Amino acid sequence: MTRRATIWGLVAAACLAGPAGAAERVVIGSKGFTEGIILGEILAATVRHAGGEPVHRKALGGTQIVFQALERGEIDCYVEYTGTLAAEILRDDAAAAPEQLGAALAARGIAAGAELGFDNTYGLAMKRALAERLGIRTIGDLVARADEPAIAALEFAFSDEFVRRADGWPAVRAAYGLRQTPRVVDHALAYKGIDAGSIQVTDLYATDPEPRLHDLVLLEDDRRAFREYRALILTRADLHERAPAVAAALAELAGTIDGPTMAGMNAAVRVDKQGEAEVATAFLRERVGWDVAPVAADGFRRLVHDILRATGQHLLLVLVSLAAAVVVGVPAGILAERHPAAGRWILGAAGIIQTIPSMAVLVFMVPLLGLGWRPAALALFLYSLLPIVRGTATGLASIPGHLREAALALGLTPWERLRLVELPMASRSILAGIKTAAVINVGTATIGGLIGAGGYGEAILSGIRLADAARLMEGAIPAALLAIGLERGFDRLERWLVPAGLRTAGR
Amino acid sequence: MIVVSDVSKSFAGQRVLAPTNLEVPRGRTTVLIGPSGCGKSTLLRIIVGLITPDSGGVTIDGAPMTAATALELRRRIGYVIQDGGLFPHLSGRDNVTLLARRLGRDPDWIRRRVEELADLVRLPQAALDRPPAALSGGQRQRLGIMRALALDPPVVLLDEPLGALDPLVRYDLQEDLRRIFRELAKTVVLVTHDMGEAGFFGDEIVLLGGGTIVQRGTLDALIHSPADDSVRRFILAHRLPGMTAGDHR
Ligand SMILES: Nc1ncnc2c1ncn2[C@@H]1O[C@H](COP(=O)(O)OP(=O)(O)O)[C@@H](O)[C@H]1O
Ligand SMILES: [Mg+2]
Repeated sequence: MTRRATIWGLVAAACLAGPAGAAERVVIGSKGFTEGIILGEILAATVRHAGGEPVHRKALGGTQIVFQALERGEIDCYVEYTGTLAAEILRDDAAAAPEQLGAALAARGIAAGAELGFDNTYGLAMKRALAERLGIRTIGDLVARADEPAIAALEFAFSDEFVRRADGWPAVRAAYGLRQTPRVVDHALAYKGIDAGSIQVTDLYATDPEPRLHDLVLLEDDRRAFREYRALILTRADLHERAPAVAAALAELAGTIDGPTMAGMNAAVRVDKQGEAEVATAFLRERVGWDVAPVAADGFRRLVHDILRATGQHLLLVLVSLAAAVVVGVPAGILAERHPAAGRWILGAAGIIQTIPSMAVLVFMVPLLGLGWRPAALALFLYSLLPIVRGTATGLASIPGHLREAALALGLTPWERLRLVELPMASRSILAGIKTAAVINVGTATIGGLIGAGGYGEAILSGIRLADAARLMEGAIPAALLAIGLERGFDRLERWLVPAGLRTAGR
Repeated sequence: MIVVSDVSKSFAGQRVLAPTNLEVPRGRTTVLIGPSGCGKSTLLRIIVGLITPDSGGVTIDGAPMTAATALELRRRIGYVIQDGGLFPHLSGRDNVTLLARRLGRDPDWIRRRVEELADLVRLPQAALDRPPAALSGGQRQRLGIMRALALDPPVVLLDEPLGALDPLVRYDLQEDLRRIFRELAKTVVLVTHDMGEAGFFGDEIVLLGGGTIVQRGTLDALIHSPADDSVRRFILAHRLPGMTAGDHR
């Protein structure tokens, strides 16, 4: 099982609360894939080695989210790739050169630190045996001997992302004048196809463990068509003042990880199912000579503790967002029912919000609200509005006309009519809307795992990432139980809140 | 005193009430009678201010019924809705006492009042604590009457209030209601389709037909000098004892 950020932080703090005095807290971020998390764990262990108190906010998401978190000072450092920085952040191809990069980042309050030593570029790969038989070593060989029937017959199959990205297939095709028409296949399937011999050339990241697994050989990029993706530690510019020892230790990582080493660590996690933290400490011990004690794990207690913590975080997300949605949604539903013209707008807007993918909401919200539970809760709040608004509006609209008349004729004020007659009569429908929102929220709250809000999403996402069913279940089972529990709870609440007369009449 | 002057109403271009005038003197009972769909309930709704008439207006004891005065006036009007109109989410008792509680009446007074009214309409105590869905149609009608009378309003409007009661209960309740209306000098408009009930309650009977008042007067006048053939047929249809078509030739 993988380690969790908070435990790391707590235990590290406990270990170090000795001679060093109050340890400097250093927040490390990581991108949401195996290599990113391993590198995050290496940074965290390095911080610990240097006497700091690391907090690893794991698998925060994509480049934009993690970089912005660094820019805003929510994290102190993470590992990024030069090519990605140039293409996605600075949007300037020339900026990948070290000098330009340093200046551009400094302008944003970020220091470009040590380069780790490997280049996780794209590559084209073939079965080793086939490449040797055909005598192909470089991508250039494919072009030079394109007329040979054995070469012309080679089938190319690439991932969708590789075919689309300007720095992927389009770049290599233009640079070499390749004329093959690639098929687009899922990455995992491409390896199956290559083993079966139905395709011969595919794309991969240079540090992927697959070449070793499938006995592939990476073709040399002799014309340098692919951009360089040199791994680089980014830190807040002020880190070396705040925590000089940490900054110095991070600098010592320069050049310590070469391509095969990184590929080996990726394989250790993805293939051999080792924990990222164990892999990281093993690397530091064997390659750098630092003995950073791995955190002792008591499997069962750790599991219980992790699940309880995730439950707390998950409930916080669900309940805070739900409460806010009730406070906003019920009045909006009342308004929608009172004024049909406004109602069309309100329900229309709530409906459109519903269709926005949660990732998109996060990309909008993280720059405004930072990382953590706030943007996740806001997204959940937005998703909760539609069922609650609709439940309220339809509940009110279904009150029979003669009962509205009765309330009017009695001489009740509009507010009294709403509170004493209409809302109680609509209570069933309103509660049903809230219940729907709550149950949907339990599922959607897994997005919390993407942006450091915790919850069951952390385990689910890392389970998916690592194809680790046990880890996935660690999040999925409690999430399902929580959804069922909430549903039960709402049934109770209904019995308690909805007046008896409505329950007998309603069935 | 209720004064309805030149009130007319159409729904979607369909005329339901032609300009109509009606006065109900203080302490008197007027009965509206007429075939189904002739606009009786519509007229009552206009009097309570639930429907705004296309023309004309209504005054209650001299005060005009307007949007601004409606709340105040309605609290002085007891209105028994055609099918009870009880709130399904409240027990019988809570339906009856809703407004009294809202207005901050003394709980002891409210409790005594409920007992009085339950006695009056002969509603068993147990029925008070059940939701309307668990009551018979007759019990619901009696609760509707209790709710209308709860605050002892000077004006009472009743829309076919006794239709669902069995004849013996209805007989007793008719007696009791008329006694209350007379002794407490209520100003009453009662809608019924039962000639016998109309004659029993009505100081004046107003026969509506085709959106206008066809004839008004006492039961005797309606029976013995019907204004036109439609009145004659309406009365004949009630098969009052000793009446045949020949009586009016
Ligand atoms: N809100 C309304 N909208 C449209 N038509 C209505 C409405 N209320 C009543 N009507 C019509 O007006 C006519 C008179 O209705 P009503 O006053 O309820 O008759 P009744 O004499 O049986 O009580 C009927 O034809 C009815 O369909
Ligand atoms: Mg009617």
